[in-house]
Amino acid sequence: MTTLAAPGSRRAWVYIPLTMMALFYLVPLYVMLNTGFKSFDEVSLSTMWNLPSGFAFDNFRAAWEALRPNLWNSVKIVVPAATISSVLGSINGFVLAKWKFKGANIVFPVLLFGMFIPYQAVLIPLVTFMSKIGLAGGTWGLVLVHVIYGIPITALIFRNYFATIPETLIEAAKIDGAGIFGTFTRIMLPLAIPSFVVVYIWQFTSAWNDFLFAVVLTNTENWPVTVALNNLAGSQIIAWNVQMAASFLAAVPTLLIYVFLGRYFLSGMMSGALKE
Amino acid sequence: MAVASAEKTAPPIRKSRGNFFTLQHWWGVLWVLPSLIAVMVFVYGFIGWTARVSVSAWKGLLADYTYVGFQNFTDLASDQRFAIDVQNTAIFTVVFVLGCLGIGLGLAILLDKGIRAEGFYRSLFLFPMAISFIVTGVVWRWLMNPARGDRLSGLNLVFDKLGLDFLVNSWHGTPTWGIAAVAIPAVWQMSGYTMALYLAGLRAVPESLREAARVDGASELQVYRKVVMPLIRPVTLSAIIILGHISLKVFDLIIAMAGKQVALDVPAIYMWTTTFDGFFFGRGAAIGIVLLLSVAVLVIPYLWYTLRQESDT
Repeated sequence: MTTLAAPGSRRAWVYIPLTMMALFYLVPLYVMLNTGFKSFDEVSLSTMWNLPSGFAFDNFRAAWEALRPNLWNSVKIVVPAATISSVLGSINGFVLAKWKFKGANIVFPVLLFGMFIPYQAVLIPLVTFMSKIGLAGGTWGLVLVHVIYGIPITALIFRNYFATIPETLIEAAKIDGAGIFGTFTRIMLPLAIPSFVVVYIWQFTSAWNDFLFAVVLTNTENWPVTVALNNLAGSQIIAWNVQMAASFLAAVPTLLIYVFLGRYFLSGMMSGALKE
Repeated sequence: MAVASAEKTAPPIRKSRGNFFTLQHWWGVLWVLPSLIAVMVFVYGFIGWTARVSVSAWKGLLADYTYVGFQNFTDLASDQRFAIDVQNTAIFTVVFVLGCLGIGLGLAILLDKGIRAEGFYRSLFLFPMAISFIVTGVVWRWLMNPARGDRLSGLNLVFDKLGLDFLVNSWHGTPTWGIAAVAIPAVWQMSGYTMALYLAGLRAVPESLREAARVDGASELQVYRKVVMPLIRPVTLSAIIILGHISLKVFDLIIAMAGKQVALDVPAIYMWTTTFDGFFFGRGAAIGIVLLLSVAVLVIPYLWYTLRQESDT
């Protein structure tokens, strides 16, 4: 308490390292926007830190033109993936937390390990299998993959949440004659809305930011924004200012989620640490 | 307790309880079954499949599954490029994990001092996590411009102007240590997360314990070293495991920053190029298995420990 009660001057120095670190975190964002607003003539290595002379929106227009189909592809992948994941996760989490069936103690860790595997260890069969069932190339294959490899984390988040709901509530529902289905839909689901938000954000973000699955499972026309951005940046013809504007467009959806739903975003992240 | 007393006083409930654990029990299992099957196939089945490919000479385009034993693995052991990969992963891991732990703990301690605008700083340090590694890579590539190792590009320009000449660098253009430069954006992205872990850990240390140490005449530094640090050691362990496993899997950040340069290669990239560009599926599968084993060594004991601890409480 002494530190808390101390006069401001005694801990004023704290703001010096904090501000320096804040600058470190902001530098890439500054450079991204700063370069994005520069006209082609202004972009050079020696002036990269200078502010743009005006707001040249052309880069954003060019980036938008280049990435529009891919941004749309990302939406087509991410929205169904996050939605299906949330529904499946709620069912799995509920059963794992409240229906202690025989072997549940084995099933859960077995499921959880799937969260940590390096996807390189499943990539070859995945690509072979998806082409065999005709889901390679398009966006639906990617939706399926995000749903399946999301099962561990979504089950974990919902399970941790449902575990905090008192057993007596289920007992009460049982006495009132509700079965597993009734208990789930009428009592558990309404209570679990915060978990739905967390899971939706988590799955939305990880599917939006995915690159590896997308690069092996979609064809050029169905590339999500990450793959398209990487290719855009890899081609030397595209000017840096357009690249920066494009990066910003690719980052905006998840940044907005973070700004407006930061609390839920963070609890998803912390669930990844297996600590609640 | 509630269950036991209800059973004693109201016999009809026992009947419904019986139903619950027979018919409804199977209902429950049935509900998770699709997910369980999906994971069994897509995770464990596919791992098995990869293992099978890893002991074959499969070349992708041709259906030649000739069994070659551990040939692919022994080849890797004497493979020059894989040796670079292992070295790169080691350097990357050290820079990344130590960078995140150091910055994360430092920031958490500063933020724990009950400062004004704590929430603002916390959000600021965390925002890079929301961004994809691809975006991070593209932006940092501009900052650490690879084309020029001179004093006129990106960070070098800043260091030159500030007179910090010793920091001027050709960054990821440097062989061997180039990978350390690639780890810097990774630290930028994940140190805020480490801070959040530490902050949660610090908040869990009762103020009374610190107070008691101060009453006993401990300096602030001693309070941290003797009281706080030992109590947040589990956080450090979790962070090392989580960051370490991210580091073993790192892939898109490097692709976006440097493409597929051999000097900055890591196993995840080698696996991709050898499989999908070179069609050496057998070797690619072997790399996948090596990666899996190294992650498993890290994660399985951790999962086991965490879950056991959870069931104890």
